[in-house]
Amino acid sequence: MAVPPEAAGQAAESHESVAPKPHLKRDQVVIRFAGDSGDGMQLTGMQFTSESALAGNDIATLPDYPAEIRAPQGTLAGVSGFQLNFSSNEVFTPGDEPNVLVAMNPAALRTNLEDLQPNAVIIVDCEAFNESNIKRAGYTSNPLTDHSLDKFQVIEVDVTKLTSLAVHGLGLNNRAAFRCRNMFVLGMLSWLFQRPIDATIISLKNRFKKVPELLEANIRVLTAGYNYGETTEMFASSYEVPAAHIAPGLYRNITGNSATALGFVAAAVKAGRPLFLGSYPITPASDILHDLAGYKNFPVYTFQAEDEIAGVCSAIGAAFGGAIAITTTSGPGMNLKGEAIGLAMKVELPIVITDVQRAGPSTGMPTKPEQADLMQAMYGRHGESPVPIIAASTPADCFDCAFEAVRIAVKYMTPVILLTDGQLANGAEPWLLPDPDKLAPIKVEFATNPEGFLPYARDPETLSRPWAVPGTKGLEHRIGGLSGENLTGNVSHSPANNELMVRTRARKVEGIKREIPPIEVFGDASGGDLVVLGWGSTFGPIREAVKRVRAKGKKVSHVHLRYLNPMPGDLSETLKRFKQVMVAEMNMGQLLKLVRAEYLIDAFGFNKIQGRPFKVSEIENRINRVLEG
Amino acid sequence: MATVLNRKDFVSNQEVRWCPGCGDYAILAAVQKTMPEFGVAPENTVFISGIGCSSRFPYYMNTYGFHTIHGRAPAIATGLKISRPDLDVWVVTGDGDGLSIGGNHLIHVLRRNVDIKILLFNNRIYGLTKGQYSPTSEVGKITKSTPAGSIDFPFNPITVALGTHGTFVARSIDIEQKHLGEMLKRAHEHRGTSFIEILQNCSIFNEGAFNDVTDKALKADHQLVLEHGKPLIFGKNRDKGIRMNGMRPEAVQLSATVTEKDLVVHDETNLSLAFMLGHFEPPLPTPVGVFYAVSRPTYDGAVNQQLVDAKAKQGAGDLRALLGKGDTWTVN
Repeated sequence: MAVPPEAAGQAAESHESVAPKPHLKRDQVVIRFAGDSGDGMQLTGMQFTSESALAGNDIATLPDYPAEIRAPQGTLAGVSGFQLNFSSNEVFTPGDEPNVLVAMNPAALRTNLEDLQPNAVIIVDCEAFNESNIKRAGYTSNPLTDHSLDKFQVIEVDVTKLTSLAVHGLGLNNRAAFRCRNMFVLGMLSWLFQRPIDATIISLKNRFKKVPELLEANIRVLTAGYNYGETTEMFASSYEVPAAHIAPGLYRNITGNSATALGFVAAAVKAGRPLFLGSYPITPASDILHDLAGYKNFPVYTFQAEDEIAGVCSAIGAAFGGAIAITTTSGPGMNLKGEAIGLAMKVELPIVITDVQRAGPSTGMPTKPEQADLMQAMYGRHGESPVPIIAASTPADCFDCAFEAVRIAVKYMTPVILLTDGQLANGAEPWLLPDPDKLAPIKVEFATNPEGFLPYARDPETLSRPWAVPGTKGLEHRIGGLSGENLTGNVSHSPANNELMVRTRARKVEGIKREIPPIEVFGDASGGDLVVLGWGSTFGPIREAVKRVRAKGKKVSHVHLRYLNPMPGDLSETLKRFKQVMVAEMNMGQLLKLVRAEYLIDAFGFNKIQGRPFKVSEIENRINRVLEG
Repeated sequence: MATVLNRKDFVSNQEVRWCPGCGDYAILAAVQKTMPEFGVAPENTVFISGIGCSSRFPYYMNTYGFHTIHGRAPAIATGLKISRPDLDVWVVTGDGDGLSIGGNHLIHVLRRNVDIKILLFNNRIYGLTKGQYSPTSEVGKITKSTPAGSIDFPFNPITVALGTHGTFVARSIDIEQKHLGEMLKRAHEHRGTSFIEILQNCSIFNEGAFNDVTDKALKADHQLVLEHGKPLIFGKNRDKGIRMNGMRPEAVQLSATVTEKDLVVHDETNLSLAFMLGHFEPPLPTPVGVFYAVSRPTYDGAVNQQLVDAKAKQGAGDLRALLGKGDTWTVN
């Protein structure tokens, strides 16, 4: 077997010896599970991820959902995938090219084949390669027999038949039996990578608590798969990816959307206020709504609004009343929320708008990631409408960024835009659980003193106005979208006053700079031949690529931005220490334009707009070409 | 409330700036006069508006106020009321704000039955933008944007509200101070979304829009005041009534042979009757009063109950436990 190529040659023992079969050590393996959307590939992938995490690997995962809910069985459009990168080293991405593909049918094979490493292992359910499935996948001949897969190592397993044999006698109908196939695959791979299946059995017991016959069936099939791996001639050896050196502590696996939801809950708890989410369902942001709807006892209010506008508006209403108020959406929803965000900016009420970016324009590719909403976040409102923007770089980082977004919103009395994307939202990584006691406090002080109260008097340092909530005697006041007089907020059409207010709000947002921590350059802070500048989910592939070229002695560094508005005060001087600045982003060059406009730096872009994250190799190759001139 | 409130407690220091003769002055006067009777302190009262002439209203009330964006007041009010059920939340909107750009929010707040009070000032014209037809303008209306006459079929605010199964639907008239005050009181007493269409004159762009029901000489014969449990009688001499002719209502002259017993008796809890009355148009009289009022759980009440139930079942939220939920593992 060729899993994976970088470890080739480490095979110490001959596979001809009798059992036990040899274990071969590997540093890193990328597996992709692919099948029909009803084949349970997401579950299989997540469960294998848990097993790998328990085995101490560093991991990163990415599901790849089809756009259709349930496309016709066996078609290309219906293929659902889940990719897992697990390693004995630090992992930054879900992996470029899988070493192992599990394909439950011909369509799953066909849609994923071009992503595989040469010589990758392909495990197929051969019974699914029947004439009709082959035709439905658009093949003219059976790929298992026409030599088109000769450059791969194909392992054919009759998963369907073996599954049905394993559940024989349990009285399951064909359909129910068929649905257990994923557990056979999981069992087989668990043996192949020497993962104990105990944790999976516990998880199955929870899942099928109320259906004992399905629990029995799934455990039988899982065990059958494991034993099949061990006893058949199909696999010459098993593999071991040893534990990674990971910071000690308590971990859980977390997706970006779940981390975002938890970050908001944590912020509300630290602020001592209820959390209010007003949101309209939209892919890929809806999971934040789903998660928060389960946290009512904190208390968390979730309001599924009639539309995107009502989502953000209800949050503005809740903020007026003193709640930690947020809304969640994706690009199309951001378009609709623009006017209301402008209102929140002008009346200076704290809300957080999370944009889980997806591939546009228009409806675009809803399940695929992109970073093309940065300009919209910066400038997507009429008038001079500065709004702080922060962006999360990894799934777990979504927690910190959600928390930070609330902190800034409340401290500066301003809407804050949090940018994540579909890659972060659904991707997962191990998360070192934060200690709630050590999270920064979020200070909420409502105005209470009527003496000399002015709704737009400002804190001299932050320029923040008081948060005076209804119910407070003596502070009755009116706010609104019309141009407001300095200090009182009363309607005013004075030209000079309007300019004063526009400039004051801009200064307030710009002033957030003072608390942005100094830039951490990965590489050489003193400068070098090239710095790759990134933001958001490109963190993983950029960091891994820069690591690789630095390992070869190249003078290349990486700077990654969390704060996009305002940008860090030391960004300009940091970038100017490098001979060249390359901005890698999943858009046509939006951060690039900002950096060039703001700092007169002759940066250039590296862009990808395919609804797919950068591969590490793409960035690595690009860096090498740049360095070669 | 221990202290007695008076009108002045609700009057802000801002100069009122509607056009001379605008019906909004009368509505403001009625609201400021009536609010003290509710016994709710100004600090616990919030007025939220959208955009339009009517939406300047919050500036003139010495309560908390929020002049928001076009059509969105019900959504903002919903967020506030859900998270602050202790507050008395009022929405002021108009026929353009509430039924055109904000139509979606209006129908959804009504169907949810959020406990807010909505005053829809209907002058059947866009006043702030200086005279275009509105979604309640009559077909054929000549305006700046419809020189050949409007071809839009209009909305009827009452039947729109009834169509959403709004739980309190009423109509009053800007200059009918006593009636308007009574409607405001009823609206305030109601738990759930209260919707009052207030017929309002625009002296600049739609003068006399509701002349038949407001003109002293005409109104008695064109206004039908609805009172729960009472027969539908109108006319200067209270000698006309509404009778059912099969499935159709008709106006009849009371006489020796046609008596009160033959007339329809108003029942606020009858949705079909409310719809029928909502559809009245000349030659039938224009009904004012409460068309429909029923009790249904409020949205904000139910949301907050779910929070209480969740806390009772799961205990108060424990952040440490929440963060560590699910499969965890320890790295040494």
